[in-house]
Amino acid sequence: MYSAIVFLPLLAALAAGFFGRRLGARASGILTSAAVLLAALLSWVAFYQVGIGGQTGRVEVAPWLVSGELAVSWAFRIDTLTAVMLVVVNTVSSLVHIYSIGYMEHDPHQPRFFAYLSLFTFAMLMLVTSDNLLQMFFGWEGVGLASYLLIGFWYRKPEANAAAMKAFLVNRVGDFGFALGIFAIFFVFGSIQFETIFAAAPGQAGKTFMFLGSEADVLTVICLLLFMGAMGKSAQFLLHTWLPDAMEGPTPVSALIHAATMVTAGVFMVARLSPLFELSNTALAFVTLVGATTAFFAATIGLVQNDIKRVVAYSTCSQLGYMFVAMGVGAYSIGIFHLFTHAFFKALLFLGSGSVIHALHDEQDLRKMGGLRKVIPTTWILMLIGTLALTGFPLTAGFYSKDAIIEAAFAAHTGVATYAFILTVSAALMTAFYSWRLIFLAFHGKPRASKKAMNAAHESPPVMLVPLIVLAVGSLAAGYFFKDLFIGAGADAFWGTALFTGPDNHMLEAIHHVPWAVAAAPVIMMALGFATAWIFYIAVPETPSLIARTFEPIYMFLLNKWYFDELYDFLFVKPAMRLGRILWKVGDGTVIDGLGPDGVAARVIDVTNRVVRIQTGYVYHYAFAMLIGVALLITYFMFAGGLAR
Amino acid sequence: MDPEVVETAPDSAAADPVEAVVEAVAEPLFAYAPIMPEIVLAVGAMALLMLGVFRSERSAEPIMWLSILLLAIAALLILAQGNETRLLFEGTVIVDPFARLLKLLSLLGSAVAIFMSFDYLREARIMKFELPILIVLATLGMLMMISANDLIALYLGLELQSLSLYVIAAFRRDAIRSSEAGLKYFVLGALSSGMLLYGCSLIYGFTGSTEFIRIAQALESGGANLGLIFGIVFFIAGLAFKVSAVPFHMWTPDVYEGAPTPVTAFFAAAPKVAAMAMFVRAMLTAFPAITAEWQQIIVFISIASMLLGAFAAIAQTNIKRLMAYSSIGHMGFALVGLAAGTAEGAQGVIVYLAIYLVMNLGVFACILAMRRSDGMVEDINELAGLSSNNPLMAFLLAMLMFSLAGIPPLAGFFAKFYVFLAAIQAGLYPLAVIGVLASVVGAYYYLRIIKIMYFDSPAERFDPMPMALKSVLGVSGIIVIFFVAYPAPLVDAAEVAAKSLF
Repeated sequence: MYSAIVFLPLLAALAAGFFGRRLGARASGILTSAAVLLAALLSWVAFYQVGIGGQTGRVEVAPWLVSGELAVSWAFRIDTLTAVMLVVVNTVSSLVHIYSIGYMEHDPHQPRFFAYLSLFTFAMLMLVTSDNLLQMFFGWEGVGLASYLLIGFWYRKPEANAAAMKAFLVNRVGDFGFALGIFAIFFVFGSIQFETIFAAAPGQAGKTFMFLGSEADVLTVICLLLFMGAMGKSAQFLLHTWLPDAMEGPTPVSALIHAATMVTAGVFMVARLSPLFELSNTALAFVTLVGATTAFFAATIGLVQNDIKRVVAYSTCSQLGYMFVAMGVGAYSIGIFHLFTHAFFKALLFLGSGSVIHALHDEQDLRKMGGLRKVIPTTWILMLIGTLALTGFPLTAGFYSKDAIIEAAFAAHTGVATYAFILTVSAALMTAFYSWRLIFLAFHGKPRASKKAMNAAHESPPVMLVPLIVLAVGSLAAGYFFKDLFIGAGADAFWGTALFTGPDNHMLEAIHHVPWAVAAAPVIMMALGFATAWIFYIAVPETPSLIARTFEPIYMFLLNKWYFDELYDFLFVKPAMRLGRILWKVGDGTVIDGLGPDGVAARVIDVTNRVVRIQTGYVYHYAFAMLIGVALLITYFMFAGGLAR
Repeated sequence: MDPEVVETAPDSAAADPVEAVVEAVAEPLFAYAPIMPEIVLAVGAMALLMLGVFRSERSAEPIMWLSILLLAIAALLILAQGNETRLLFEGTVIVDPFARLLKLLSLLGSAVAIFMSFDYLREARIMKFELPILIVLATLGMLMMISANDLIALYLGLELQSLSLYVIAAFRRDAIRSSEAGLKYFVLGALSSGMLLYGCSLIYGFTGSTEFIRIAQALESGGANLGLIFGIVFFIAGLAFKVSAVPFHMWTPDVYEGAPTPVTAFFAAAPKVAAMAMFVRAMLTAFPAITAEWQQIIVFISIASMLLGAFAAIAQTNIKRLMAYSSIGHMGFALVGLAAGTAEGAQGVIVYLAIYLVMNLGVFACILAMRRSDGMVEDINELAGLSSNNPLMAFLLAMLMFSLAGIPPLAGFFAKFYVFLAAIQAGLYPLAVIGVLASVVGAYYYLRIIKIMYFDSPAERFDPMPMALKSVLGVSGIIVIFFVAYPAPLVDAAEVAAKSLF
């Protein structure tokens, strides 16, 4: 069954990729959707068997490579964490596949699109089922590749190509750390098999080795290196810049890859490696710090963005920060729970935005929307549900998971955790504000789009709305139904050994004993955010511009995304370009080409010309050459000691 | 001269007259069996000449076919011989596995050259019966060269071959370039023959014998002196002229370009094989005691040939001229194996010659197919866009070019591989390194032809390829491509042949 879950999308991808043109657009869409849908259904079965029935295990597919001590197999590690991820990935992926049939209807390259989507799904499944670090790295790079291909799907658009490259390059930075982490693990443990590493990890606690010329704690170094990979993949602070640009890809891609699945791979990796992270307080503190910073910082940028997808993208960034805060304070199950619920409502928001964009014929600017509530009421309601879930309205999915994270941050009682608590609470306020701002700007108020556009606007077809409705149901109910399993009374039985928590880690217990004010804080923030947004955009629509003018520096700072792109441009891109130019012009062009290929080629031509000139056509020249040859040979033997022996 | 075997044969069978008659006829026949191919060619050539003279011009085509048949019969007779070594005519002629293998290659080269020339001769209106007969006579000379175990026998074979070749080169009497080629070849060939004879006389003077075995014995005890080295230098100069090694190569481009194309195809194949075989046998059996001395000469002409072949070919636009430089370069590579002076080296040379022969015949099949309604073309730019006009021909020619350049896994790579391996085992590292570098430079002009065929905008189509050329090109291409799969027959035969020299 697990092989079917993992390989169905691959087969679909191959079929659509290689025979898509013969199958036709519609057929490849349906084929891939059906394959992934089947995988999704099987995933729920697996979820039930593993999560409720406790049937964990390991499925060996094939040996992969053996080199010295390193022996790696293709194998699936089946436990609750895997099952949860299978459900998330396949459910969202199948819905996105179906949605894309409608959304991409007018695109001429549908088979390619579906092939990429399914390929992505396969790689993601490889990642989450991996039983060793190399297979995880395979999936990790596979999703990176699929992400690159999909962001640049409209390859005629220069921005899309630039964004695709940016995503790839920024991820390289993270992957560099990840790869180093894997090497370090192999160096220390002599294996990259999870079982072996986890069993040996406690023995390594507190040991040190030489790293970058200084003694360093083994596990801390390993965890920080691995986390670097997670930061890249999950678009955390400093390595986040690619995610907003990735919105150049088709919207279903944003929903699948850049909201629900791939970007959560970093979170998954930390959870999977919890036996390592749990042993290094320094690494955990760093995870918390980065997560909290990202949650806050991305939310501030989200406040002022005007592109509907970018707002959601920064929101994703921010929510990923929440998940890392949960990881950092040791509340792995809460983090995964948020990952689970977030997948529903963030995919819903993205696909809903896609529906809006679709309705307005590729208009993404919030300032040119407004008043769409009456035109596309279903989308409006669905977006409302997504927003409620995101902002943590009581009883919706986000309410349970996000509040739990904030409570966990408070309950951890360390300096970093307190920092995280303050930042996540304020981020909750901003989340509410920018989410409602999006709703108000897009659906309420007076239409700011042209008459023509408004008249042409239409509700999306059922093939797009049905997946939205499914996701909406998930956004509403996933929290309530699964909270006991994930973070409540049934959590221990549910997770089994999938997540490791140290003996002193009682986080799930602790979150129930926080002061009521802390528990209520997120809800208060949500209400506050809603109220502010209402005042700003419905009651007194002049306020935003007034504030923007009054605090222009701050506004510009936020609007320009804290000037990170400019900073990186100055720090890395420009110098790299300059270095590249020098190496190209001077290093390669003048030195290597000059002395190498070009120079040698020129000398060859010189020699050739000289040699050819000897061939005069006169017999006496030829005879002369023969005599000279004989004379030379004889002279050589007479004088150069040819008869030395 | 009576064969040795007859001399030592017991004359005990005189009792029975019938048996006596049988023996009188059969025993000489048996005794001469090793050179039966040569006898067949000699008698056959004369018979065909008679036929041609009395049946006049119309008989040209049948005589072409009969010549091929004659060469085939000779080849069959060689195949029918066993594996033993036989000496005839008081040790001046030797028939050993080495001789057999190289004779087969020469016969193959000559026969295929005739086979490929029908259409050209018909179109050019020079379908004359003398050409095949001259080729047969030249081939007879080659067989004698290959079997020569004595300086005089060597010279006899060489002159028979050369005289035929001079005439063949000038075969198109009405074309000035053909006549010029023949004349140049003749004058320079005479000079080289003079050098060769001068060398032979010096060698005879300093060793007291013309037989290779006796020369070797004399050197074994006496060692080398300057006079003998002089002799060897002149001797090698004469031989190097025949294999067109630098600096005795100057005739090659002019003759290749000037001679009619089928003649060039013939020149590039069989005579090279025979001359190189003679070269190898003379060096390895007559002068093994002073290998260190002649090795230096061979290394020098080998390096010079490889480099000149590689560099000069770059500037060529005429494909026949280009193939001339290519063959100069290839002879340089083959000499690398000889320079090693070992059995492995000789084996490398044999493998090289066999593969070179196959590649060359394939390439010339293509060159002969470069024909449009207004006649033959020889500029390599005329091959432009061949890949779209005639994809199969372009592909096979490209494979042959890759093979000539020595790119694995094609046959040409293995040819170079064996000679370089032998050179390295013999400690001739600089030679091997220079050889590899020269082959890199040489790859340029082969690849350029491929580039012209595949990337340049198509030129006018060629006329459809005649069946004969198609089959030659096809077989050659198949051998070149699939040699890697089954190299054993050639490599093993070459090993046996090379061993017989030591």
